[in-house]
Amino acid sequence: MEILPARRGFLKNLMAVGAMLVLPASLLAALVRPQAAFKADSATGSVQSLFGQDAVEAADKIRLKVPDIAENGAVVPVTVGTDLEGVESITIIIDNNPTPLSANFNLTDAVSAEVSTRVKMGKSSPVRAVVKAQGKVYYTTKEVKVTIGGCGG
Amino acid sequence: MERREFVNLLGKAWVAGMLPLGQSMAMAAGKLQPPMYGNTRILHFTDCHAQLLPIHFREPNVNIGVGAANGRLPHLVGRNLLKKLPQISSLQDIHAYTYLDFTAAAEKFGKVGGFAHLKTLIDQCRAEAGDGRSILLDGGDTWQGSGTALWTRGKDMVEACNMLGVDVMTGHWEFTYQDSEILENARLFKGDFVAQNIKATEDALFEGIEVHDEDSGHVFKPYVIKEMQGKRVAVIGQAFPYTPVANPRRFIPDWTFGIQEEDLQELVTTIRANEKPDAVLLLSHNGMDVDLKLASRVSGIDAILGGHTHDGVPVPVVVENPGGKTLVTNAGSNGKYLAVLDLKLVNGKVDGFNYTLIPVFSKLIPADAEMAAYISKVRQPYLGKLNEELATAESLMYRRGNFNGTFDQVITDSLTTVLDAQFAFSPGFRWGTSVLPGETITMDRVLDQTCMTYPETYVREMSGEQIKLILEDVCDNLFNPDPYRQQGGDMVRVGGMTYAVEPNGESQNRISEIRDLQGQLIDANKDYKVAGWATVGSKSPGAPVWDVVASYLRDRKTIKIDKLIEPKLKGVAGNLGIADYMGEVT
Repeated sequence: MEILPARRGFLKNLMAVGAMLVLPASLLAALVRPQAAFKADSATGSVQSLFGQDAVEAADKIRLKVPDIAENGAVVPVTVGTDLEGVESITIIIDNNPTPLSANFNLTDAVSAEVSTRVKMGKSSPVRAVVKAQGKVYYTTKEVKVTIGGCGG
Repeated sequence: MERREFVNLLGKAWVAGMLPLGQSMAMAAGKLQPPMYGNTRILHFTDCHAQLLPIHFREPNVNIGVGAANGRLPHLVGRNLLKKLPQISSLQDIHAYTYLDFTAAAEKFGKVGGFAHLKTLIDQCRAEAGDGRSILLDGGDTWQGSGTALWTRGKDMVEACNMLGVDVMTGHWEFTYQDSEILENARLFKGDFVAQNIKATEDALFEGIEVHDEDSGHVFKPYVIKEMQGKRVAVIGQAFPYTPVANPRRFIPDWTFGIQEEDLQELVTTIRANEKPDAVLLLSHNGMDVDLKLASRVSGIDAILGGHTHDGVPVPVVVENPGGKTLVTNAGSNGKYLAVLDLKLVNGKVDGFNYTLIPVFSKLIPADAEMAAYISKVRQPYLGKLNEELATAESLMYRRGNFNGTFDQVITDSLTTVLDAQFAFSPGFRWGTSVLPGETITMDRVLDQTCMTYPETYVREMSGEQIKLILEDVCDNLFNPDPYRQQGGDMVRVGGMTYAVEPNGESQNRISEIRDLQGQLIDANKDYKVAGWATVGSKSPGAPVWDVVASYLRDRKTIKIDKLIEPKLKGVAGNLGIADYMGEVT
């Protein structure tokens, strides 16, 4: 099958969602919206609540693509990918947001472990990508600057 | 004092035999261009800001480098630069690269730039290179900066560049016209408009907007191959990465920018593999600090020909990276310099190079008649407005520098006076020409400082807390230790207030002691009446700023800045990017 590259990311995300939909409904509710984790007000709180353990820094294992300066804080593009085996989930956390947990994707081996989404950021913050694979939790982080802009020459 | 210092310099140069006689003779003969080296000549100018006629442009006495940039090019001003680069020894070159004795030297050596003079010089350089062995690159900021550029929506400059023979360009202020106008101008431009870091947003691609490549999303060609007598040179475009942040996003809502370092590396690797070029160049509008960082991380680029930060740097900086070495240059602004990069290309490699930055002293170069006639024709319908004499300058008027400039102080004084506000903000753009004492400030000169597509003024209530937030935010765009998080403009100019700034301080914590001119600290919780212009969010309601400044000048007839109000600088004593500072430095 030939897929236009511009549409590829979209389809990939669609497949990730599809993978979630085949899960039993009871499980789905808990997986799709981990309420406690979304209510946590710190990055470590979110990670603890989701995984019951701290994440290990592993910049070499996770690809995190974010802008150095956000063009629009309301829609900051974030792409997370990894070549780790047995990926169970990819999580995006914005440390300085009032509710740091922004997105949590539960994946199976049936999809390639790469997700793209857009997050809202109130101010400059580290953006944290957390990957759970084979029971272990890894993370990497990059600073995204949000500025009021203007006055550039 | 300025004049005395100048004469003093002249005497020293004479005694030391530093006047480069050979160069002067060459100039008298009308030949400024360096002898051809190698087999391929790349000519480059950047950030001309639509200055079709010769102008004065004072280089800064404050250009502070922070972090890794502390004390290195381009953050050396005045004598600090002369110490670093002793080859800048003739008085003419000292005038070209520094602010030293600016008024006296400008009176002696005359104006710089101008497209008719640039045209003659470029033609000479191309003739010297030999048939089909040269290309001309324009780094952008070409379609903005003058009244005629605004009123013709950049088209006067597109045609001027066609006549100049520009082969490849990229952009920044070009993107302050409406997107449809930009695409139309790019079509009228006879060269290639290139930018690897401008893509349509995913939503816009889905809507099917006009792009160069639907698959990649590139709005413009990312690169072009120029063939010169069998030598293939790839020129990749790097537009200003933060256009939608530093300028209004509303003109280009469907485009997304950014540095896109990974895309660039992939592109360079692909070009090297598929196109088998003899050299790969990046025509960049990143700004010099960003280019220096990028050159240390991306492999496979032979030279980055840079602009944006308006740094007239006479030598290339050689940067090492995992793949080898990359030259990084910056060719100043306002048509003041023409860069000549001669390459010896042998078997798909750069085997040697010679780089010369030629200051374009208009008196020394005869004007090209055809270009001069074109410029007259472009200006003719607007002459009444452009030539209106508003006031006489009784002191030197300039903008460029990290903090305040004398012309900026006139602008902030205009805003507070005409719009009846306590404080004023005026952007720290790096464009804006200089006016010598005794010269008339015409509308033309006011437009040099202010002309753009979002000139509307505002007057609004702001709390002391908001004022500090604005100062902190702009300050971080200038002094963030990571160049990838800078935007390349100077500090916002303020009227009616003073403050202290610690460039090496923490983000959001560099500004203190914000006071009114009576010395009263401003109150975070109190509201103040603030005037300003050039809002990037939504359009402001007030008159264009040039009308506000013109009305202020008309009322005065003569204008003089006795004391430039500069912020107190903390923690930068000894920084080589500061000299002859008017304020306090600790």
